[in-house]
Amino acid sequence: MSDEKQTQGAPKAKPKKPKIPRQAMPEQDPHVRAKNFDSVTLGYADEQALTEASRCIQCKKPLCVQGCPVSIDIPGFIKAIKEKDYAKAVQVIKETNLLPAVCGRVCPQEEQCEQKCILGKKQEPVAIGRLERFVADYEAAHGEAPLPELPPKTGKKIAVVGAGPGGLTVAGDLIRKGHDVTVFEALHKAGGVLIYGIPEFRLPKAIVEREVDYLQKLGVVFKMNHVIGKIRTIYQLMKEDGFDAVFIGSGAGLPWFMDIPGENLNGVFSANEYLTRNNLMKAFDFPNYDTPIKRFKNVAVIGGGNVAMDSVRTALRLGADNAYIVYRRGREEMPARTEEIEHAEHEGVQFKNLTAPVRILGNEDGWVTGLECLKMELGEPDASGRRRPIPIEGSEFVLDMDAVIIAIGTSANPLIGQTTPDLKLTRRGYIEVENETTCRTSKNGVFAGGDIVTGAATVILAMGAGRNAANAIQEYLETGEWWTPNGDGEK
Amino acid sequence: MYEILKKKVWQEEKPRITEFEVDAPEIARAHRAGQFVILIVDENGERIPLTIADKDAEKGTISILFQEVGKSTMCLGKLDVGDRIHHITGPLGKPTHVEKFGTVVCVGGGIGIAPVHPIAKAMKEAGNKVISILGARSKDLLIYEEEMKAASHEIRVTTDDGTYGRHGFVTDELKAMIEEEKIPIDLVVVIGPPIMMKFVCKVTEPHKIKTFASLNTIMVDGTGMCGACRVTVGGKTRFVCVDGPEFDGHQVDFEEMMMRQQQYLTEEKIAVERCEKQTCHKN
Ligand SMILES: Cc1cc2nc3c(=O)[nH]c(=O)nc-3n(C[C@H](O)[C@H](O)[C@H](O)COP(=O)(O)OP(=O)(O)OC[C@H]3O[C@@H](n4cnc5c(N)ncnc54)[C@H](O)[C@@H]3O)c2cc1C
Ligand SMILES: Cc1cc2nc3c(=O)[nH]c(=O)nc-3n(C[C@H](O)[C@H](O)[C@H](O)COP(=O)(O)OP(=O)(O)OC[C@H]3O[C@@H](n4cnc5c(N)ncnc54)[C@H](O)[C@@H]3O)c2cc1C
Ligand code: SF4
Ligand code: SF4
Ligand code: FES
Repeated sequence: MSDEKQTQGAPKAKPKKPKIPRQAMPEQDPHVRAKNFDSVTLGYADEQALTEASRCIQCKKPLCVQGCPVSIDIPGFIKAIKEKDYAKAVQVIKETNLLPAVCGRVCPQEEQCEQKCILGKKQEPVAIGRLERFVADYEAAHGEAPLPELPPKTGKKIAVVGAGPGGLTVAGDLIRKGHDVTVFEALHKAGGVLIYGIPEFRLPKAIVEREVDYLQKLGVVFKMNHVIGKIRTIYQLMKEDGFDAVFIGSGAGLPWFMDIPGENLNGVFSANEYLTRNNLMKAFDFPNYDTPIKRFKNVAVIGGGNVAMDSVRTALRLGADNAYIVYRRGREEMPARTEEIEHAEHEGVQFKNLTAPVRILGNEDGWVTGLECLKMELGEPDASGRRRPIPIEGSEFVLDMDAVIIAIGTSANPLIGQTTPDLKLTRRGYIEVENETTCRTSKNGVFAGGDIVTGAATVILAMGAGRNAANAIQEYLETGEWWTPNGDGEK
Repeated sequence: MYEILKKKVWQEEKPRITEFEVDAPEIARAHRAGQFVILIVDENGERIPLTIADKDAEKGTISILFQEVGKSTMCLGKLDVGDRIHHITGPLGKPTHVEKFGTVVCVGGGIGIAPVHPIAKAMKEAGNKVISILGARSKDLLIYEEEMKAASHEIRVTTDDGTYGRHGFVTDELKAMIEEEKIPIDLVVVIGPPIMMKFVCKVTEPHKIKTFASLNTIMVDGTGMCGACRVTVGGKTRFVCVDGPEFDGHQVDFEEMMMRQQQYLTEEKIAVERCEKQTCHKN
């Protein structure tokens, strides 16, 4: 077959048929959507999905699968779409991915599955993420998936700490193995960053709620408002409450500030606060909801990642006349997804690249009035491989501003580490594990995965870690075997 | 869970002060003096922090005492015995550092007397001599007097209008204890309005008396995730919900903290006006 050749090297003959272009995703008009919190992208219609699916040449050795952290059988599910057997397509995806409606929307596909797709060499890759979303949405629109038959109860009890994508995956996998699973979540709603961080216009909360409901129907017990380390410690869960194993998926939730003057002025927020007020607490609908948020006119968001894009687009939707991204490197170096940067540009976000904030200015009542910045130029590549920004001397200038949102990263929350003395942490406070496959920590019976191990990463990586941890927990329950880091991890 | 088992109105006159005993066995079991909860009154409610004023671990209950200063506390005050609070998370924050210091003075101002109560109790149990100073605007606004008597070796009361105890502020009493009575004090713990805490710290600072102040900043999650609760302590930014709520009072930038508490004044007014017009929903 011709695709066989393609996967092995450059194809010689040109395809005869005119190429079908990658199907664009319908989306709300940028001017309209910049003022509402509804979904930006609207999803493929059947017709578009079938056309897009027809572009996939069904490689025998599909490179795309290597690009997916959870190795979804991509040609398999696309084949099912081609055959209009959407139910089967869902089934194929769900064998390895519990949350396709989420990943289809927020995975950085352009760096993962789609980057590896063979079509990408000559033309545009198959829109794998959009197809994944299409089938997941199809499933949602066509009633509930039937509950799988569960094996008899094993009598084993598993505690999952944190209801983010990592924790939810572990819970889903282990309940299907017949264990009792209890998820402890610090907030009053499950979903982690999917609920409090990523905005409604990119990931409707109903999708996350539906997945949580599904797990509940399978028998997973959710204990909300349970901050582990405070209400119960890991030690108590295991020694007093009878849990046979614990998975920690508590995420990287501690916001960084920049340590520049003026950071505690009124009108300066961490992206986490700004997004949590809006997403988790629905402050955009104040006073129908009690949590307030300020509707600022001139807002600067500092940072260049997905979190920064989400914050700046939220500011626009809350009525900002001028919403800026202030980023110290260039557009090329921005860690945010290209799609998000483009969406932000179309909506009217103003980019101040090669600009570093040095001071936040305020008035006598303590409110922000401006942001003093320094222009930067790019030098040699640094440790991260990106060109290092160097300040241009004497280039200070002030932007008039009434709010500054800081989105420069997060680190590990210390609560669990502080209250679990025999849990080994890395120098930067993340939980140390044996390796990414076993997810075993230095404490017997305790596993960890997701952002609390890797630092802020992606939804699919957290889910992949959850899948690995679930397998490792299963093995541990069967064998009771553990490892000893540096010979002294046993407890 | 979170059912209200007892309700006591300490003060009818506005701002009303109410105490609830709430069914929350896991929180009661884990609680240590100095910790607080974050609760959500109803479906659309915000997350507000309140100190655990007392607990009964055996019965599985905690007590919270609050002053109706805005929408959320007003809605909370409308609940009755048998109603449920939508969500309660806790215990949060670091427990008070309790050990045998010697003589400990616990200062509570207004509604702050309730949160200082478990600390006084724990300090007494740890073998300290506990003298408490309770401050109120007027005699009928004084709360928790009996409870504080039981939790301390001695209590002293001040009222702004002189209707009970010393005529003056808690700082006057504290100053007199230090400068006139020359009572050797090893530690002061203070909870109350920020302005009062600031002046208590000003009194103790020249005498180098260690002073813990329990801060009440605006909060959202209470788990260290959002940074809404940040304050400057000793020139460094700290998060009250996870690094506190108690800090070395001599290091706290109270001016900044008071300024940050004003952030949502406009919105708070809107919320209260609306609240007065509509009925709150109960769970
Ligand atoms: C604004 C924003 C936008 C993003 N955009 C994208 C994107 O487009 N694509 C993408 O792939 N990734 C994105 N990410 C990253 C992605 O969301 C995370 O990598 C992922 O959610 C990590 O999952 P997790 O399960 O490890 O933890 P989290 O999702 O962080 O969940 C951890 C959960 O644990 C709870 N918890 C914490 N401590 C405790 C405790 N002591 N006891 C009990 N519960 C606790 C927390 O409340 C939380 O619910 C984004 C992140 C943010 C913040
Ligand atoms: C750790 C901690 C413990 C607390 N313990 C108690 C307690 O035991 N009893 C009690 O009555 N109050 C306590 N508070 C204060 C209480 O949280 C606020 O009174 C409450 O959030 C006000 O909500 P509201 O909607 O009724 O009023 P709002 O309309 O939100 O506010 C009214 C007034 O209260 C101030 N305020 C708003 N939010 C807060 C906040 N989170 N903290 C402090 N002040 C705020 C505002 O500046 C404003 O002046 C505590 C606060 C903290 C941080
Ligand atoms: S889960 Fe993410 S990486 Fe894997 S196929 Fe789907 S979109 Fe691609
Ligand atoms: S998606 Fe791309 S790489 Fe994967 S099977 Fe289809 S054509 Fe091949
Ligand atoms: S309240 Fe969010 S970090 Fe303290």
